[in-house]
Amino acid sequence: MNLHEYQGKEVLASYGVAIQRGKVANTVEEAVTAFKELQVETGTEAVVVKAQIHAGGRGKGGGVKLAKNMDELKEHAANILGMMLKTPQTPGGMEGTGKLVRKVLVAEDTYAPDFDACKEYYVSILMDRTKKKNVIIYSTEGGMDIEAVAEDTPELLHKEYIDPHMGLLGFQSRKIAFNLGLSGQAFKEMTKFISKLYSAFVGSDASLFEINPCLHTADDRILAVDAKVSLDENALFRHPDLAAMRDTTEEDPTEVEAQSYGLNYVNLDGNVGCMVNGAGLAMATMDIIKLSGGSPANFLDVGGTADAARVEQAFRIILKDDNVKAILINIFGGIVRCDRVAQGIVDAYKNMGNITVPIIVRLQGTNADIAKTIIDNSGLEVQSAILLQEAADKVKEVIS
Amino acid sequence: MSVLVNKDSKIIVQGFTGKEGSFHAGQMIEYGTNIIGGVTPGKGGQDHLGKPVFNSVDEAVSKARADTTIIFVPPKFAGDAIMEAAEAGIKVIICITEGIPVQDMVKVKAYIEKFDCTLVGPNCPGVITPGEAKVGIMPGFVFKKGRIGIVSKSGTLTYEAADQIVKAGLGISTAIGIGGDPIIGTPTKEAIQLLMEDPETDAIVMIGEIGGNYEALASEFIKSTGNKKPVVGFIAGKTAPAGRTMGHAGAIVGGEDDTAEAKMKIMAACGIHVVESPAEIGSTMLKALS
Repeated sequence: MNLHEYQGKEVLASYGVAIQRGKVANTVEEAVTAFKELQVETGTEAVVVKAQIHAGGRGKGGGVKLAKNMDELKEHAANILGMMLKTPQTPGGMEGTGKLVRKVLVAEDTYAPDFDACKEYYVSILMDRTKKKNVIIYSTEGGMDIEAVAEDTPELLHKEYIDPHMGLLGFQSRKIAFNLGLSGQAFKEMTKFISKLYSAFVGSDASLFEINPCLHTADDRILAVDAKVSLDENALFRHPDLAAMRDTTEEDPTEVEAQSYGLNYVNLDGNVGCMVNGAGLAMATMDIIKLSGGSPANFLDVGGTADAARVEQAFRIILKDDNVKAILINIFGGIVRCDRVAQGIVDAYKNMGNITVPIIVRLQGTNADIAKTIIDNSGLEVQSAILLQEAADKVKEVIS
Repeated sequence: MSVLVNKDSKIIVQGFTGKEGSFHAGQMIEYGTNIIGGVTPGKGGQDHLGKPVFNSVDEAVSKARADTTIIFVPPKFAGDAIMEAAEAGIKVIICITEGIPVQDMVKVKAYIEKFDCTLVGPNCPGVITPGEAKVGIMPGFVFKKGRIGIVSKSGTLTYEAADQIVKAGLGISTAIGIGGDPIIGTPTKEAIQLLMEDPETDAIVMIGEIGGNYEALASEFIKSTGNKKPVVGFIAGKTAPAGRTMGHAGAIVGGEDDTAEAKMKIMAACGIHVVESPAEIGSTMLKALS
């Protein structure tokens, strides 16, 4: 689950990590109040108005602006709130439709008074699947695209692996601060920053922290100026406060609805919908649709209980997508009996009454033959198959 | 012989009296698996499904000599259940539970390293040695006995592969569902190695997914053995978009090296019979053996 920048910073601050201070605003009026309050609380003269959407590269699309006075603040807040912000990470990239900005973060200008004396670093934390350990990745090359740094100057990217038993050790924080070229007060501040950041990562069950830039100010403070935070959804039971930060307006509405039914659905841009039990088989089914000349319209795992109610919900979800020209249902019945699934499909089909796209049903496993008879005798416009290859051939027929 | 589980395994079920645990324990007993009891803390001394319930894994080991466990404990407590089993001296720990927090598994994996045990899973369908022991949630009837081993990250795709193998006139020695999570106990390479060393296995089906580098490591291992047993491989998720988790927590394309294409390329270069279509697993195995 991804958090907005302002939420990510709240999480960091709750663990004592120094952050660029700011206030979130939904309207221009709120932005004005935020500006006034920030000036009093932080002494900042200028502020940065930052669009809050779940995508990086916001500055490239005009979603991050410096406001030196009240007039500029009003202008930027008015322009950014409600805009369709395009970034390299929004759907379709800079050529796509962008994402609607509903909130802005009004944040202090941490680069004042001496912009040139500030230095930007890169710090991220994630779990390395190969080493099965958390790793802190850091670089002196902050503020820019880290993939480019990894590509062009890999020697400037450092990694520090954390022992699962011991956690982050003191010498590791010091090593990071040394490698970033720090000394004196800034060195001390950085070791503190890293150790608190790591506590926040573990404490919030995060799957990713990316602090880019991590700022070294002219007066030797170290702060998180941006924060990309992703949380492990499987661990949200431990963090009801973090779970409440979920912003479903940032997600695909159909995916949100599917989730409320317990269906695992990802919307894609193809023309053949699919309904499958099990994630691996669902991906394999998408692949076979492609090999048959179609293109998958979605990933959908109905899970272990494929009864009529669930099949009907899945049908409705798939058919919300107008691009869907055919549906392939692929169920391998193990514990779920195929005849029950077949009956579920027939019932759901009759209940809905208005399915106009061809449906190919492949049921294999427990009672597959009885299931085929049920489908074949239902009088519905549904084709049945038992072997995966048969199903693939039928998809091909229907599409061409 | 076979690997991991057989007719002599002394198996307990952790989370024995819960809904999932009860249902699948019943199915495993019906299959003929040697389930000797189960563990539910606080219910020790009772009988369930005609088998004794123990309060702890330690008790099951000391009183009934359990050596294998299958875990159906909810995600919140599953990490603890795995560590309890390892500490008690269980040799084969099979964890079915889906949804264990990643940071729990980081600790669990590091903790169990010091014990002489093999963890399979979590988030897996289990392990089956047809005709001897079904220690998992798979439909037993699909897996007819034979000499082909299966290693897979996915549940229903494993059943699909087994079904194709059987329809091709072959059968299964042992099928290992390794699980689809980012951190699992027995990665692809280790599972393949078990089957490579198993005298009752003649050939192997290896089914992977997008995400991670397990298939690449396994491929290099297979090459290093001189491909002494033919391996047929498939990677699910060629059509999956980058950056999205596809059902399994570990199934996410992060970079260029963990896409389906990249993995298939490495596999083919290491002498694995890679199938483009998941419908061709059985027929390709027949060809590989001829």
